[in-house]
Amino acid sequence: MIEALDLLGNTSLWAAVLRIATPLIFGVLGALLCERAGVLNLGIEGIMTMGAMTGWLTVYMGGDLWTGLVVAALSGALMGLLHAMLTVPLGLSQHVSGLGVTLFASALAYYLYRLIVEVGDLPPTIEPFRPLDVPFLSDIPVLGPVLFQQTMPTYLALMSVAVMAYVLARTPLGLAIRMTGENPHAVDAQGLNPTAIRIGAVVAGSALMAIGGAFLTTAAFNSFFPEMVQGRGWICIALVVFASWRPGKALIGALLFAFFDAFQLRLQTVIEGVPYQLFLMAPYVMSILALVLVARRAEVPEALMTPFRRGER
Amino acid sequence: MRLERRAHVPLYLVIVAPVVAVTVALILAAGLIAAAGVNPLTAYAEMVQGAFGSRLSMTETLTRATPLILTGLAAAIAFRARLWNIGGEGQFFMGALVTAWVGHSLGLPPVPGIAVLLVIGMAAGAVLLAGPAYLRLRFGVDEVVTTLLLNFIVILFVGLMVEGPLRDPMAFGWPSSVPVDSDFRLPDLIARTRLHIGFLIAIAAAGGVWLILARTVFGTETRAVGLSPSAASFAGISLPKNLMAVALFSGGMAGLAGSMEVLGVTAVVTTTMSPGFGYAGIVVAMLAALHPAGVVAAAVFVATVFVGADAMSRATGVPSFIADVIVALCLLTMLVALLFTTYRVQR
Repeated sequence: MIEALDLLGNTSLWAAVLRIATPLIFGVLGALLCERAGVLNLGIEGIMTMGAMTGWLTVYMGGDLWTGLVVAALSGALMGLLHAMLTVPLGLSQHVSGLGVTLFASALAYYLYRLIVEVGDLPPTIEPFRPLDVPFLSDIPVLGPVLFQQTMPTYLALMSVAVMAYVLARTPLGLAIRMTGENPHAVDAQGLNPTAIRIGAVVAGSALMAIGGAFLTTAAFNSFFPEMVQGRGWICIALVVFASWRPGKALIGALLFAFFDAFQLRLQTVIEGVPYQLFLMAPYVMSILALVLVARRAEVPEALMTPFRRGER
Repeated sequence: MRLERRAHVPLYLVIVAPVVAVTVALILAAGLIAAAGVNPLTAYAEMVQGAFGSRLSMTETLTRATPLILTGLAAAIAFRARLWNIGGEGQFFMGALVTAWVGHSLGLPPVPGIAVLLVIGMAAGAVLLAGPAYLRLRFGVDEVVTTLLLNFIVILFVGLMVEGPLRDPMAFGWPSSVPVDSDFRLPDLIARTRLHIGFLIAIAAAGGVWLILARTVFGTETRAVGLSPSAASFAGISLPKNLMAVALFSGGMAGLAGSMEVLGVTAVVTTTMSPGFGYAGIVVAMLAALHPAGVVAAAVFVATVFVGADAMSRATGVPSFIADVIVALCLLTMLVALLFTTYRVQR
């Protein structure tokens, strides 16, 4: 017990929190953007897998790390466009289309990876993003390693939260996106095009999800392998509900989640005799619990999952 | 140009839609096969050869189709009532786990023993889906996320069991459970192949589901709920009761799939025994337009793709992940094709 508490004073635990949270922050922001415009994007798991593969592959083929993130975002946007086309103009089931995109994007990612990369006994590796080393700041005890020795994409994720919160809450574009998720007919009556807004939101949101996936292969690890996203996409979908569709709360949710994940990883080494699978289950169990806690009072966008057809209610 | 809902869906469209969807998916996948430097026609010929070319491969395809029929039924039953059960994979593993657990020390004669094991496998799957259904009813929690997350939890739980209490000390390599009593193995349908009578049970299950959905009060209520929950509720149907019944029925089918896979094929439970049967069941159900009879045909098709792609991959070097790509493409193309069966384009 004392040892478990000792872990909380461990700087590496707190440094791991931001690292583990980063892909979740990108994913949850992406999912949030789609849903705020009224489209549930269950393609997230596959889109993150696709981003993880294309981002890694770009660097493996000689591109630099930032180019990798851009290519990942583009590949995610493309998959998002597929989901958007099926669900927005065609109005098909967002559940089934999203699952279809997840199955398709992950299968395609694995296929292309196997096609292009020679895989031996171990997956090939790249040189990933390095943690920052800011003079003075990085050397502050505790705070330094936790806040100023992260990799660049982590700071990009934190900035994205601020940008997303600002755009959604304070700009005409954000108002249009939120209104499309609440009442697309009202948007239409304003002379705006709800179909275009939804497509745009899904494409942009999917690009963010893919960057989250790419973080796994270009910063957290240095190689790509099947099943590496491990349900992070689904956890993001749960986190959006937990966050009541608000970017700020989404950040808190992702950080809380990452904290428990980092903590359970270290707890495994302290507590003996408990099967490691129980610890690995914790994140998924926690996501379900989080949903149960907030579901009743969740402020779901009114028109989420309702296709828009002009002149049809 | 706009879409107008058809008052009546003609039968020919119901048959044409999946054929068109599969054709388009195969054409799209041909591009990827060509990218691997292999002639797509050669590749597809190899696939058909690999899935049906010999007695052995044919029985292998049907063996693979058996769990897919059941997970397909599970998805079809649930989706008809707009219960988004994406947890077929978890329910499959739960059925398999419980069957393997009880099956190695059950003191019953073979026939009642098998019946008991299949029923408890079904019950395990049903209970696993009852949880998310309850959470939706009681707390309004979306079942898509809960069923998906449960898949991960259940597979970890299977891992825990086969590395712990159920571990077979005699097994080499990958951890697995102690095998079920050989008395309870499902008899072979064709001697010296892996095809077992579970295939017939699965087809009978499809027939049973068809009858239940078409000819019982429960079936009619389920259809009403699927078409319009508010109208169904107004007509006096209890939505919570119906949802729970659908959940038990759907989860039970997926649990049965796992149970039969253990009794018919593997004899043990491992964490790697399913190449995504639960997820593929969703594709099967959609290709079948959620119809139980169509599920059998769609399951054989999906099994053909998986078994055929393995053989084709060995012969041509095209990565076998092409099977997953084809199956996923089929889901997307079928979704679009279904749009044109329920709507028509009006100028």
